[in-house]
Amino acid sequence: MSPVEQIPAAGSEPMAAAPARPSRATLVNAALGLGLLAFGLGAWAMGEVFMVTLATKVAILAIAGAGLNLVLGYGGLVSFGHAAYFGLGGYTAGILAHHALNYTPLFEWPFLFEGTTSMPVIWLTAMVIGALAAAAIGALSLRTTGVYFIMITLAFGQMIFYFAISWPAYGGEDGLPIYVRNGFPGLDTLDPLHFFGLVWAVLMAVLGGIAMLARSRFGLALQAARQNRQRLMAVGIRPGGVLLTAFVISGAITALAGALYADLNRFVSPSMLSWHLSGELLVFLILGGTGRLFAPLAGAGLYIALEHLLGGVSDHWQFFFGLLLLAVVLFARGGVIGFLAGGKRHG
Amino acid sequence: MADPILEIRGLSKSFGALKATDDVTLDLRPGEIHALIGPNGAGKSTLIKQVTGEIAPDAGEVRLSGRSLAGIDAAGRARLGMARSFQVSSVAAEFTVMQNVVLAAQGASGVTFRFFRPVMRDEGLAGRARDCIAQAGLSGREAVPAAELAHGERRKLEIAMALALEPRVFLLDEPMAGMGSEGATALGDLLDRLRHRAPILLVEHDMDAVFRLSDRISVLVYGRVVATGTPDEIRGNAEVQRVYLGEEA
Repeated sequence: MSPVEQIPAAGSEPMAAAPARPSRATLVNAALGLGLLAFGLGAWAMGEVFMVTLATKVAILAIAGAGLNLVLGYGGLVSFGHAAYFGLGGYTAGILAHHALNYTPLFEWPFLFEGTTSMPVIWLTAMVIGALAAAAIGALSLRTTGVYFIMITLAFGQMIFYFAISWPAYGGEDGLPIYVRNGFPGLDTLDPLHFFGLVWAVLMAVLGGIAMLARSRFGLALQAARQNRQRLMAVGIRPGGVLLTAFVISGAITALAGALYADLNRFVSPSMLSWHLSGELLVFLILGGTGRLFAPLAGAGLYIALEHLLGGVSDHWQFFFGLLLLAVVLFARGGVIGFLAGGKRHG
Repeated sequence: MADPILEIRGLSKSFGALKATDDVTLDLRPGEIHALIGPNGAGKSTLIKQVTGEIAPDAGEVRLSGRSLAGIDAAGRARLGMARSFQVSSVAAEFTVMQNVVLAAQGASGVTFRFFRPVMRDEGLAGRARDCIAQAGLSGREAVPAAELAHGERRKLEIAMALALEPRVFLLDEPMAGMGSEGATALGDLLDRLRHRAPILLVEHDMDAVFRLSDRISVLVYGRVVATGTPDEIRGNAEVQRVYLGEEA
Protein backbone atom coordinates (compact mmCIF):
# COMPACT_ATOMS: atom_id res chain seq x y z
CA MET A 1 0.00 0.00 0.00
CA SER A 2 1.68 3.14 -1.12
CA PRO A 3 1.06 6.37 0.72
CA VAL A 4 -0.07 7.96 -2.52
CA GLU A 5 -3.06 5.65 -2.44
CA GLN A 6 -3.52 6.03 1.24
CA ILE A 7 -4.09 9.75 1.16
CA PRO A 8 -4.94 10.42 -2.45
CA ALA A 9 -6.17 13.92 -1.83
CA ALA A 10 -3.10 15.30 -0.17
CA GLY A 11 -0.55 14.86 -2.94
CA SER A 12 1.63 12.54 -0.95
CA GLU A 13 4.53 12.16 -3.32
CA PRO A 14 7.20 13.67 -1.12
CA MET A 15 9.59 14.46 -3.93
CA ALA A 16 6.85 16.04 -5.99
CA ALA A 17 7.54 13.64 -8.82
CA ALA A 18 4.66 13.01 -11.19
CA PRO A 19 3.57 9.38 -10.98
CA ALA A 20 4.47 7.43 -14.10
CA ARG A 21 1.07 5.72 -14.28
CA PRO A 22 -2.25 6.94 -12.95
CA SER A 23 -3.11 5.27 -9.65
CA ARG A 24 -6.07 2.93 -9.31
CA ALA A 25 -7.92 5.63 -7.39
CA THR A 26 -7.49 8.00 -10.36
CA LEU A 27 -8.84 5.37 -12.74
CA VAL A 28 -11.84 4.67 -10.52
CA ASN A 29 -12.54 8.40 -10.27
CA ALA A 30 -12.32 8.84 -14.03
CA ALA A 31 -14.61 5.85 -14.56
CA LEU A 32 -17.19 7.35 -12.16
CA GLY A 33 -17.10 10.84 -13.66
CA LEU A 34 -17.15 9.69 -17.28
CA GLY A 35 -19.57 6.89 -16.46
CA LEU A 36 -22.16 9.36 -15.25
CA LEU A 37 -21.65 11.49 -18.37
CA ALA A 38 -21.96 8.40 -20.61
CA PHE A 39 -25.09 7.28 -18.77
CA GLY A 40 -26.76 10.64 -19.24
CA LEU A 41 -25.80 10.91 -22.91
CA GLY A 42 -26.75 7.29 -23.58
CA ALA A 43 -30.14 7.68 -21.93
CA TRP A 44 -30.78 10.78 -24.02
CA ALA A 45 -29.74 9.01 -27.23
CA MET A 46 -32.22 6.22 -26.43
CA GLY A 47 -34.94 8.74 -25.68
CA GLU A 48 -35.08 7.84 -21.97
CA VAL A 49 -35.70 11.32 -20.64
CA PHE A 50 -36.51 10.07 -17.17
CA MET A 51 -33.07 8.43 -16.98
CA VAL A 52 -31.43 11.72 -17.97
CA THR A 53 -33.27 13.37 -15.10
CA LEU A 54 -32.16 10.59 -12.77
CA ALA A 55 -28.53 11.14 -13.81
CA THR A 56 -28.98 14.88 -13.22
CA LYS A 57 -30.32 14.14 -9.75
CA VAL A 58 -27.29 11.96 -8.99
CA ALA A 59 -24.95 14.76 -10.08
CA ILE A 60 -26.73 17.35 -7.93
CA LEU A 61 -26.82 15.15 -4.84
CA ALA A 62 -23.13 14.38 -5.45
CA ILE A 63 -22.38 18.11 -5.35
CA ALA A 64 -24.24 18.39 -2.04
CA GLY A 65 -22.33 15.36 -0.74
CA ALA A 66 -19.06 16.88 -1.94
CA GLY A 67 -19.75 19.89 0.26
CA LEU A 68 -20.28 17.62 3.25
CA ASN A 69 -17.22 15.55 2.32
CA LEU A 70 -15.00 18.61 2.69
CA VAL A 71 -15.83 18.93 6.39
CA LEU A 72 -16.52 15.28 7.19
CA GLY A 73 -14.03 13.43 5.04
CA TYR A 74 -11.16 15.91 5.17
CA GLY A 75 -11.87 17.80 8.40
CA GLY A 76 -13.43 14.99 10.44
CA LEU A 77 -16.50 17.04 11.40
CA VAL A 78 -19.70 14.96 11.44
CA SER A 79 -22.30 17.54 10.44
CA PHE A 80 -25.81 16.18 10.74
CA GLY A 81 -27.35 19.42 9.55
CA HIS A 82 -26.20 19.90 5.98
CA ALA A 83 -29.81 19.87 4.76
CA ALA A 84 -29.88 23.43 6.12
CA TYR A 85 -27.51 24.67 3.41
CA PHE A 86 -29.11 22.49 0.74
CA GLY A 87 -32.53 23.89 1.60
CA LEU A 88 -31.31 27.46 1.89
CA GLY A 89 -29.82 27.14 -1.59
CA GLY A 90 -33.09 25.72 -2.83
CA TYR A 91 -35.17 28.48 -1.27
CA THR A 92 -32.76 31.09 -2.66
CA ALA A 93 -33.47 29.80 -6.16
CA GLY A 94 -37.17 29.47 -5.45
CA ILE A 95 -37.62 32.89 -3.88
CA LEU A 96 -35.58 34.77 -6.49
CA ALA A 97 -37.47 33.07 -9.31
CA HIS A 98 -40.82 33.51 -7.55
CA HIS A 99 -40.40 37.29 -7.42
CA ALA A 100 -39.07 37.54 -10.95
CA LEU A 101 -41.90 35.44 -12.38
CA ASN A 102 -44.58 37.31 -10.43
CA TYR A 103 -43.07 40.75 -11.03
CA THR A 104 -43.23 41.47 -7.30
CA PRO A 105 -40.24 43.23 -5.79
CA LEU A 106 -38.15 41.22 -3.33
CA PHE A 107 -37.02 44.50 -1.80
CA GLU A 108 -37.18 48.14 -2.83
CA TRP A 109 -34.39 49.56 -0.75
CA PRO A 110 -31.52 50.40 -1.30
CA PHE A 111 -32.47 49.57 -4.87
CA LEU A 112 -35.46 47.94 -6.51
CA PHE A 113 -34.86 44.20 -6.85
CA GLU A 114 -37.49 42.01 -8.48
CA GLY A 115 -35.66 38.71 -8.22
CA THR A 116 -33.96 36.96 -11.09
CA THR A 117 -34.20 33.88 -13.24
CA SER A 118 -30.50 33.90 -14.14
CA MET A 119 -28.77 30.79 -12.83
CA PRO A 120 -25.33 32.38 -12.39
CA VAL A 121 -26.83 35.14 -10.21
CA ILE A 122 -28.92 32.61 -8.31
CA TRP A 123 -25.93 30.32 -7.75
CA LEU A 124 -23.79 33.13 -6.46
CA THR A 125 -26.56 34.32 -4.12
CA ALA A 126 -27.20 30.78 -2.89
CA MET A 127 -23.50 30.25 -2.18
CA VAL A 128 -23.21 33.52 -0.29
CA ILE A 129 -26.28 32.68 1.80
CA GLY A 130 -25.03 29.12 2.39
CA ALA A 131 -21.64 30.48 3.41
CA LEU A 132 -23.15 33.03 5.80
CA ALA A 133 -25.40 30.43 7.41
CA ALA A 134 -22.48 28.03 7.74
CA ALA A 135 -20.33 30.78 9.26
CA ALA A 136 -22.95 31.49 11.93
CA ILE A 137 -23.79 27.85 12.62
CA GLY A 138 -20.16 26.76 12.42
CA ALA A 139 -18.92 29.49 14.77
CA LEU A 140 -21.29 28.21 17.45
CA SER A 141 -21.12 24.48 16.68
CA LEU A 142 -17.33 24.31 16.50
CA ARG A 143 -17.14 25.11 20.20
CA THR A 144 -18.25 21.53 20.70
CA THR A 145 -16.83 18.23 19.51
CA GLY A 146 -17.96 14.66 18.97
CA VAL A 147 -21.58 13.77 19.66
CA TYR A 148 -22.35 17.31 20.81
CA PHE A 149 -21.23 18.67 17.46
CA ILE A 150 -23.51 16.19 15.67
CA MET A 151 -26.46 17.18 17.86
CA ILE A 152 -25.97 20.93 17.64
CA THR A 153 -25.69 20.86 13.84
CA LEU A 154 -28.87 18.76 13.77
CA ALA A 155 -30.59 21.26 16.04
CA PHE A 156 -29.70 24.21 13.79
CA GLY A 157 -30.90 22.27 10.77
CA GLN A 158 -34.25 21.55 12.43
CA MET A 159 -34.62 25.18 13.44
CA ILE A 160 -34.40 26.28 9.82
CA PHE A 161 -36.72 23.43 8.77
CA TYR A 162 -39.46 24.54 11.15
CA PHE A 163 -38.95 28.16 10.19
CA ALA A 164 -39.60 27.28 6.54
CA ILE A 165 -42.72 25.31 7.46
CA SER A 166 -44.15 28.17 9.47
CA TRP A 167 -43.40 30.95 6.99
CA PRO A 168 -46.50 31.30 4.80
CA ALA A 169 -45.08 33.94 2.44
CA TYR A 170 -43.17 31.27 0.46
CA GLY A 171 -45.59 28.39 0.63
CA GLY A 172 -44.94 27.16 4.15
CA GLU A 173 -45.50 23.43 4.36
CA ASP A 174 -46.75 23.27 0.76
CA GLY A 175 -43.54 24.50 -0.75
CA LEU A 176 -42.91 26.93 -3.57
CA PRO A 177 -43.17 26.08 -7.27
CA ILE A 178 -40.82 27.47 -9.93
CA TYR A 179 -42.99 27.61 -13.05
CA VAL A 180 -40.18 27.92 -15.56
CA ARG A 181 -36.70 26.55 -14.95
CA ASN A 182 -34.19 29.36 -14.48
CA GLY A 183 -31.94 30.19 -17.39
CA PHE A 184 -28.26 29.92 -18.17
CA PRO A 185 -26.69 32.04 -20.93
CA GLY A 186 -26.37 30.08 -24.15
CA LEU A 187 -28.27 27.01 -22.95
CA ASP A 188 -31.85 25.82 -23.14
CA THR A 189 -32.12 24.68 -19.54
CA LEU A 190 -35.54 23.13 -20.12
CA ASP A 191 -33.85 20.66 -22.45
CA PRO A 192 -32.97 17.76 -20.11
CA LEU A 193 -29.69 17.17 -21.91
CA HIS A 194 -28.57 20.79 -21.63
CA PHE A 195 -29.43 20.89 -17.95
CA PHE A 196 -27.71 17.56 -17.32
CA GLY A 197 -24.56 18.72 -19.09
CA LEU A 198 -24.54 21.93 -17.10
CA VAL A 199 -24.96 20.13 -13.79
CA TRP A 200 -22.31 17.56 -14.71
CA ALA A 201 -19.86 20.36 -15.52
CA VAL A 202 -20.61 22.04 -12.19
CA LEU A 203 -20.00 18.72 -10.39
CA MET A 204 -16.63 18.28 -12.08
CA ALA A 205 -15.67 21.87 -11.27
CA VAL A 206 -16.63 21.38 -7.62
CA LEU A 207 -14.68 18.13 -7.34
CA GLY A 208 -11.71 19.75 -9.07
CA GLY A 209 -11.89 22.64 -6.63
CA ILE A 210 -11.97 20.30 -3.64
CA ALA A 211 -9.01 18.33 -5.00
CA MET A 212 -7.10 21.60 -5.27
CA LEU A 213 -8.09 22.65 -1.75
CA ALA A 214 -7.06 19.29 -0.34
CA ARG A 215 -3.56 19.64 -1.76
CA SER A 216 -3.07 23.22 -0.62
CA ARG A 217 -1.58 24.52 2.62
CA PHE A 218 -5.12 24.94 3.88
CA GLY A 219 -5.97 21.34 2.98
CA LEU A 220 -2.90 19.98 4.76
CA ALA A 221 -3.90 21.81 7.94
CA LEU A 222 -7.53 20.71 7.53
CA GLN A 223 -6.57 17.05 7.24
CA ALA A 224 -4.21 17.41 10.18
CA ALA A 225 -7.09 18.87 12.22
CA ARG A 226 -9.04 15.68 11.56
CA GLN A 227 -6.20 13.52 12.83
CA ASN A 228 -4.74 15.44 15.73
CA ARG A 229 -5.81 18.91 16.81
CA GLN A 230 -3.32 19.02 19.67
CA ARG A 231 -0.46 18.44 17.25
CA LEU A 232 -1.76 21.13 14.92
CA MET A 233 -1.70 23.61 17.81
CA ALA A 234 1.81 22.52 18.69
CA VAL A 235 3.07 23.47 15.22
CA GLY A 236 1.50 26.89 15.55
CA ILE A 237 -1.76 26.45 13.61
CA ARG A 238 -5.10 27.04 15.36
CA PRO A 239 -7.57 24.36 14.25
CA GLY A 240 -10.62 26.58 14.87
CA GLY A 241 -10.05 28.96 11.98
CA VAL A 242 -9.14 26.16 9.59
CA LEU A 243 -12.25 24.14 10.46
CA LEU A 244 -14.57 27.15 10.32
CA THR A 245 -13.22 28.11 6.89
CA ALA A 246 -13.84 24.58 5.66
CA PHE A 247 -17.35 24.69 7.12
CA VAL A 248 -18.11 27.93 5.29
CA ILE A 249 -16.84 26.61 1.94
CA SER A 250 -18.80 23.42 2.56
CA GLY A 251 -22.00 25.33 3.25
CA ALA A 252 -21.56 27.31 0.02
CA ILE A 253 -21.06 24.15 -2.07
CA THR A 254 -24.08 22.38 -0.57
CA ALA A 255 -26.21 25.52 -1.08
CA LEU A 256 -25.18 25.56 -4.75
CA ALA A 257 -26.42 21.98 -5.02
CA GLY A 258 -29.68 23.03 -3.38
CA ALA A 259 -30.20 25.77 -5.97
CA LEU A 260 -29.67 23.23 -8.76
CA TYR A 261 -32.02 20.75 -7.09
CA ALA A 262 -34.76 23.37 -6.93
CA ASP A 263 -34.35 23.93 -10.64
CA LEU A 264 -34.35 20.20 -11.36
CA ASN A 265 -37.71 19.71 -9.63
CA ARG A 266 -38.94 23.23 -10.40
CA PHE A 267 -40.19 23.10 -6.86
CA VAL A 268 -38.83 23.88 -3.38
CA SER A 269 -40.28 22.45 -0.22
CA PRO A 270 -39.28 22.16 3.43
CA SER A 271 -38.36 18.51 2.78
CA MET A 272 -35.10 19.83 1.30
CA LEU A 273 -34.34 21.10 4.79
CA SER A 274 -35.31 17.96 6.68
CA TRP A 275 -32.91 15.83 8.67
CA HIS A 276 -33.64 12.92 6.33
CA LEU A 277 -31.65 14.73 3.70
CA SER A 278 -28.79 15.40 6.12
CA GLY A 279 -28.79 11.68 6.80
CA GLU A 280 -28.86 10.78 3.12
CA LEU A 281 -25.81 12.95 2.47
CA LEU A 282 -23.97 11.12 5.27
CA VAL A 283 -25.06 7.79 3.78
CA PHE A 284 -23.65 8.79 0.37
CA LEU A 285 -20.26 9.38 1.92
CA ILE A 286 -20.27 6.19 3.98
CA LEU A 287 -21.30 4.20 0.89
CA GLY A 288 -18.80 5.88 -1.38
CA GLY A 289 -15.90 6.00 1.07
CA THR A 290 -15.61 8.97 3.42
CA GLY A 291 -12.79 11.33 2.53
CA ARG A 292 -12.42 10.02 -1.02
CA LEU A 293 -12.79 12.80 -3.55
CA PHE A 294 -15.38 10.94 -5.65
CA ALA A 295 -17.17 9.28 -2.72
CA PRO A 296 -20.23 11.52 -2.98
CA LEU A 297 -20.69 10.61 -6.65
CA ALA A 298 -20.23 6.87 -6.04
CA GLY A 299 -22.54 7.00 -3.01
CA ALA A 300 -25.26 9.13 -4.58
CA GLY A 301 -25.14 7.05 -7.77
CA LEU A 302 -25.49 3.79 -5.87
CA TYR A 303 -28.23 5.20 -3.65
CA ILE A 304 -30.34 6.51 -6.52
CA ALA A 305 -29.79 3.34 -8.57
CA LEU A 306 -30.90 1.14 -5.69
CA GLU A 307 -33.85 3.39 -4.92
CA HIS A 308 -34.92 3.03 -8.53
CA LEU A 309 -34.25 -0.71 -8.89
CA LEU A 310 -35.25 -1.96 -5.43
CA GLY A 311 -38.08 0.54 -5.25
CA GLY A 312 -39.57 -1.14 -8.31
CA VAL A 313 -39.47 -4.53 -6.59
CA SER A 314 -40.60 -3.64 -3.10
CA ASP A 315 -42.05 -0.69 -1.27
CA HIS A 316 -39.77 -1.62 1.59
CA TRP A 317 -36.61 -1.11 -0.42
CA GLN A 318 -35.05 0.88 2.39
CA PHE A 319 -34.96 -2.27 4.51
CA PHE A 320 -32.72 -3.98 1.96
CA PHE A 321 -30.76 -0.80 1.53
CA GLY A 322 -30.19 -0.78 5.28
CA LEU A 323 -28.73 -4.27 5.05
CA LEU A 324 -26.31 -3.06 2.37
CA LEU A 325 -25.29 -0.08 4.48
CA LEU A 326 -24.69 -2.39 7.41
CA ALA A 327 -22.49 -4.60 5.24
CA VAL A 328 -20.46 -1.59 4.07
CA VAL A 329 -19.95 -0.32 7.60
CA LEU A 330 -19.00 -3.77 8.90
CA PHE A 331 -16.93 -5.15 6.04
CA ALA A 332 -15.92 -2.38 3.65
CA ARG A 333 -15.13 0.68 5.72
CA GLY A 334 -13.50 2.33 2.72
CA GLY A 335 -16.84 2.25 0.91
CA VAL A 336 -17.23 1.56 -2.80
CA ILE A 337 -14.12 3.50 -3.75
CA GLY A 338 -12.05 1.93 -1.01
CA PHE A 339 -13.21 -1.46 -2.28
CA LEU A 340 -12.39 -0.68 -5.92
CA ALA A 341 -9.27 1.42 -5.52
CA GLY A 342 -7.75 -0.27 -2.49
CA GLY A 343 -5.93 1.43 0.30
CA LYS A 344 -7.39 2.48 3.56
CA ARG A 345 -8.52 6.01 4.04
CA HIS A 346 -8.78 5.92 7.80
CA GLY A 347 -6.36 4.02 9.97
CA MET B 1 26.75 34.22 31.98
CA ALA B 2 24.52 34.47 28.93
CA ASP B 3 20.97 35.66 29.41
CA PRO B 4 18.50 32.82 29.76
CA ILE B 5 16.31 32.08 26.73
CA LEU B 6 13.44 30.72 28.78
CA GLU B 7 12.55 31.96 32.24
CA ILE B 8 9.91 30.46 34.48
CA ARG B 9 9.17 32.69 37.46
CA GLY B 10 7.00 31.93 40.46
CA LEU B 11 4.71 29.65 38.50
CA SER B 12 1.84 28.15 40.50
CA LYS B 13 -1.14 26.04 39.53
CA SER B 14 -3.66 24.29 41.73
CA PHE B 15 -6.35 21.79 40.85
CA GLY B 16 -8.74 22.07 43.78
CA ALA B 17 -6.71 21.33 46.90
CA LEU B 18 -3.85 19.81 44.90
CA LYS B 19 -0.89 22.11 44.30
CA ALA B 20 0.35 20.74 40.98
CA THR B 21 2.88 23.55 40.53
CA ASP B 22 4.09 25.38 43.60
CA ASP B 23 6.07 28.59 43.06
CA VAL B 24 8.41 27.12 40.44
CA THR B 25 11.28 29.27 39.23
CA LEU B 26 13.85 27.98 36.78
CA ASP B 27 15.51 29.02 33.55
CA LEU B 28 17.07 27.65 30.40
CA ARG B 29 20.33 29.11 29.10
CA PRO B 30 21.72 29.03 25.57
CA GLY B 31 23.22 25.70 24.60
CA GLU B 32 22.22 23.80 27.69
CA ILE B 33 20.16 20.77 28.48
CA HIS B 34 18.22 21.41 31.65
CA ALA B 35 16.55 18.24 32.88
CA LEU B 36 13.43 18.17 34.99
CA ILE B 37 13.16 15.04 37.09
CA GLY B 38 10.89 13.93 39.86
CA PRO B 39 8.72 11.05 40.94
CA ASN B 40 5.50 10.26 39.09
CA GLY B 41 2.88 12.85 39.91
CA ALA B 42 5.45 15.50 40.79
CA GLY B 43 3.84 17.85 38.28
CA LYS B 44 6.38 17.75 35.47
CA SER B 45 3.86 17.47 32.64
CA THR B 46 1.62 20.10 34.24
CA LEU B 47 4.61 22.44 34.38
CA ILE B 48 5.46 21.78 30.72
CA LYS B 49 1.84 22.46 29.70
CA GLN B 50 1.94 25.84 31.42
CA VAL B 51 5.12 26.67 29.55
CA THR B 52 3.61 25.65 26.20
CA GLY B 53 0.38 27.50 26.92
CA GLU B 54 -1.92 24.49 26.99
CA ILE B 55 -3.03 25.34 30.53
CA ALA B 56 -2.93 28.74 32.20
CA PRO B 57 -1.05 29.17 35.48
CA ASP B 58 -2.76 30.65 38.55
CA ALA B 59 0.25 32.84 39.25
CA GLY B 60 3.71 33.57 37.90
CA GLU B 61 4.94 33.98 34.37
CA VAL B 62 6.91 32.45 31.54
CA ARG B 63 9.28 34.57 29.47
CA LEU B 64 10.85 33.69 26.14
CA SER B 65 13.92 35.78 25.22
CA GLY B 66 12.77 38.33 27.78
CA ARG B 67 9.26 38.58 26.40
CA SER B 68 6.31 37.62 28.62
CA LEU B 69 4.12 34.93 27.12
CA ALA B 70 1.04 35.80 29.17
CA GLY B 71 -2.06 35.72 27.01
CA ILE B 72 -0.40 33.87 24.13
CA ASP B 73 -1.96 30.48 23.34
CA ALA B 74 -0.17 27.27 22.42
CA ALA B 75 -0.26 27.99 18.68
CA GLY B 76 1.14 31.48 19.21
CA ARG B 77 3.96 30.17 21.41
CA ALA B 78 4.80 27.50 18.85
CA ARG B 79 5.17 30.23 16.24
CA LEU B 80 7.51 32.08 18.59
CA GLY B 81 9.77 29.05 18.46
CA MET B 82 8.60 26.93 21.35
CA ALA B 83 8.94 23.42 19.98
CA ARG B 84 7.63 20.55 22.02
CA SER B 85 7.34 16.81 21.86
CA PHE B 86 4.66 14.92 23.70
CA GLN B 87 4.89 12.27 26.37
CA VAL B 88 2.82 10.00 24.16
CA SER B 89 3.90 10.45 20.53
CA SER B 90 1.59 12.90 18.87
CA VAL B 91 1.81 13.12 15.09
CA ALA B 92 -0.70 13.03 12.25
CA ALA B 93 -0.81 9.26 11.91
CA GLU B 94 -2.26 9.08 8.39
CA PHE B 95 0.22 11.56 6.99
CA THR B 96 3.60 10.50 5.73
CA VAL B 97 6.75 11.55 7.53
CA MET B 98 7.23 14.21 4.88
CA GLN B 99 3.68 15.57 5.24
CA ASN B 100 4.06 15.80 9.00
CA VAL B 101 7.28 17.78 8.78
CA VAL B 102 5.97 20.00 5.96
CA LEU B 103 2.98 20.73 8.21
CA ALA B 104 5.37 21.89 10.94
CA ALA B 105 7.34 24.02 8.47
CA GLN B 106 4.07 25.51 7.26
CA GLY B 107 3.12 26.28 10.86
CA ALA B 108 6.43 28.05 11.40
CA SER B 109 5.91 30.07 8.22
CA GLY B 110 2.68 31.41 9.71
CA VAL B 111 0.93 31.08 6.35
CA THR B 112 -1.88 28.49 6.31
CA PHE B 113 -4.73 30.22 4.47
CA ARG B 114 -3.48 29.51 0.96
CA PHE B 115 -5.94 27.55 -1.11
CA PHE B 116 -4.53 27.06 -4.58
CA ARG B 117 -0.93 25.87 -4.86
CA PRO B 118 -0.08 22.30 -3.82
CA VAL B 119 1.77 22.50 -0.53
CA MET B 120 3.87 19.40 -1.13
CA ARG B 121 5.36 21.06 -4.22
CA ASP B 122 6.36 24.15 -2.28
CA GLU B 123 10.11 23.79 -2.54
CA GLY B 124 10.73 26.21 0.32
CA LEU B 125 8.77 24.07 2.77
CA ALA B 126 9.81 20.74 1.25
CA GLY B 127 13.49 21.63 1.28
CA ARG B 128 13.39 22.63 4.89
CA ALA B 129 11.40 19.54 5.79
CA ARG B 130 13.94 17.24 4.11
CA ASP B 131 16.68 19.02 6.00
CA CYS B 132 14.99 18.47 9.34
CA ILE B 133 14.19 14.85 8.51
CA ALA B 134 17.87 14.27 7.74
CA GLN B 135 18.98 15.93 10.97
CA ALA B 136 16.60 13.76 12.95
CA GLY B 137 18.03 10.67 11.25
CA LEU B 138 14.94 9.71 9.28
CA SER B 139 16.27 10.13 5.74
CA GLY B 140 14.81 7.57 3.36
CA ARG B 141 11.62 7.26 5.40
CA GLU B 142 9.93 10.38 3.95
CA ALA B 143 7.15 8.50 2.16
CA VAL B 144 6.24 6.19 5.05
CA PRO B 145 2.93 6.91 6.81
CA ALA B 146 3.56 7.90 10.42
CA ALA B 147 1.27 5.10 11.60
CA GLU B 148 3.69 2.55 10.16
CA LEU B 149 6.78 3.94 11.88
CA ALA B 150 8.48 2.06 14.68
CA HIS B 151 8.17 3.66 18.10
CA GLY B 152 11.68 5.13 18.05
CA GLU B 153 11.18 6.47 14.55
CA ARG B 154 8.04 8.26 15.65
CA ARG B 155 10.08 9.92 18.38
CA LYS B 156 12.54 11.05 15.73
CA LEU B 157 9.66 12.34 13.63
CA GLU B 158 8.58 14.51 16.55
CA ILE B 159 12.12 15.85 16.76
CA ALA B 160 12.11 16.56 13.02
CA MET B 161 8.83 18.46 13.42
CA ALA B 162 10.28 20.40 16.34
CA LEU B 163 13.30 21.31 14.20
CA ALA B 164 11.04 22.51 11.38
CA LEU B 165 9.50 25.03 13.79
CA GLU B 166 12.77 27.00 13.81
CA PRO B 167 12.93 26.43 17.55
CA ARG B 168 14.25 28.86 20.13
CA VAL B 169 13.68 26.27 22.85
CA PHE B 170 12.90 22.58 22.85
CA LEU B 171 10.49 21.20 25.43
CA LEU B 172 10.82 17.46 25.28
CA ASP B 173 8.47 15.42 27.43
CA GLU B 174 10.04 11.98 27.98
CA PRO B 175 11.49 11.57 24.50
CA MET B 176 13.15 8.30 25.47
CA ALA B 177 10.10 6.65 27.01
CA GLY B 178 9.58 3.17 25.66
CA MET B 179 12.85 3.04 23.72
CA GLY B 180 15.42 0.30 24.04
CA SER B 181 18.80 1.19 25.48
CA GLU B 182 20.36 1.33 22.01
CA GLY B 183 17.68 3.67 20.72
CA ALA B 184 17.92 5.80 23.85
CA THR B 185 21.68 6.15 23.41
CA ALA B 186 21.29 7.21 19.78
CA LEU B 187 18.56 9.70 20.70
CA GLY B 188 20.78 11.01 23.49
CA ASP B 189 23.53 11.70 20.98
CA LEU B 190 20.99 13.53 18.82
CA LEU B 191 19.85 15.68 21.75
CA ASP B 192 23.48 16.44 22.53
CA ARG B 193 23.81 17.95 19.06
CA LEU B 194 20.41 19.69 19.12
CA ARG B 195 21.27 21.71 22.22
CA HIS B 196 23.44 23.93 20.06
CA ARG B 197 20.45 24.76 17.84
CA ALA B 198 18.29 25.63 20.82
CA PRO B 199 18.47 24.76 24.51
CA ILE B 200 16.43 21.82 25.75
CA LEU B 201 14.14 21.56 28.74
CA LEU B 202 14.06 17.81 29.15
CA VAL B 203 11.57 15.80 31.18
CA GLU B 204 12.96 12.29 31.36
CA HIS B 205 12.78 9.19 33.51
CA ASP B 206 15.89 7.55 32.07
CA MET B 207 18.36 8.59 34.81
CA ASP B 208 21.45 7.37 32.94
CA ALA B 209 20.56 9.66 30.06
CA VAL B 210 19.67 12.57 32.33
CA PHE B 211 22.94 12.46 34.24
CA ARG B 212 25.00 11.88 31.09
CA LEU B 213 23.42 14.66 28.99
CA SER B 214 22.32 17.40 31.34
CA ASP B 215 24.19 20.55 32.22
CA ARG B 216 21.76 21.21 35.04
CA ILE B 217 19.05 19.21 36.72
CA SER B 218 16.02 20.46 38.64
CA VAL B 219 14.22 18.08 40.96
CA LEU B 220 10.48 18.52 41.26
CA VAL B 221 8.59 17.00 44.20
CA TYR B 222 4.91 17.69 44.85
CA GLY B 223 5.04 20.58 42.41
CA ARG B 224 7.97 22.24 44.14
CA VAL B 225 11.59 22.54 42.97
CA VAL B 226 13.61 21.01 45.83
CA ALA B 227 16.98 21.37 44.14
CA THR B 228 18.66 22.72 41.01
CA GLY B 229 22.29 22.05 40.15
CA THR B 230 24.84 20.21 38.07
CA PRO B 231 24.52 16.43 37.88
CA ASP B 232 27.25 16.06 40.52
CA GLU B 233 25.53 18.48 42.87
CA ILE B 234 22.24 16.67 42.47
CA ARG B 235 23.89 13.29 43.03
CA GLY B 236 25.36 14.59 46.28
CA ASN B 237 22.25 16.38 47.48
CA ALA B 238 20.95 14.71 50.62
CA GLU B 239 17.37 15.80 50.22
CA VAL B 240 17.23 14.60 46.63
CA GLN B 241 18.69 11.29 47.76
CA ARG B 242 15.99 10.99 50.33
CA VAL B 243 12.91 12.01 48.35
CA TYR B 244 13.74 10.71 44.97
CA LEU B 245 16.83 8.83 43.99
CA GLY B 246 16.78 6.72 47.10
CA GLU B 247 13.23 5.65 46.55
CA GLU B 248 13.48 4.66 42.95
CA ALA B 249 17.08 3.55 42.46
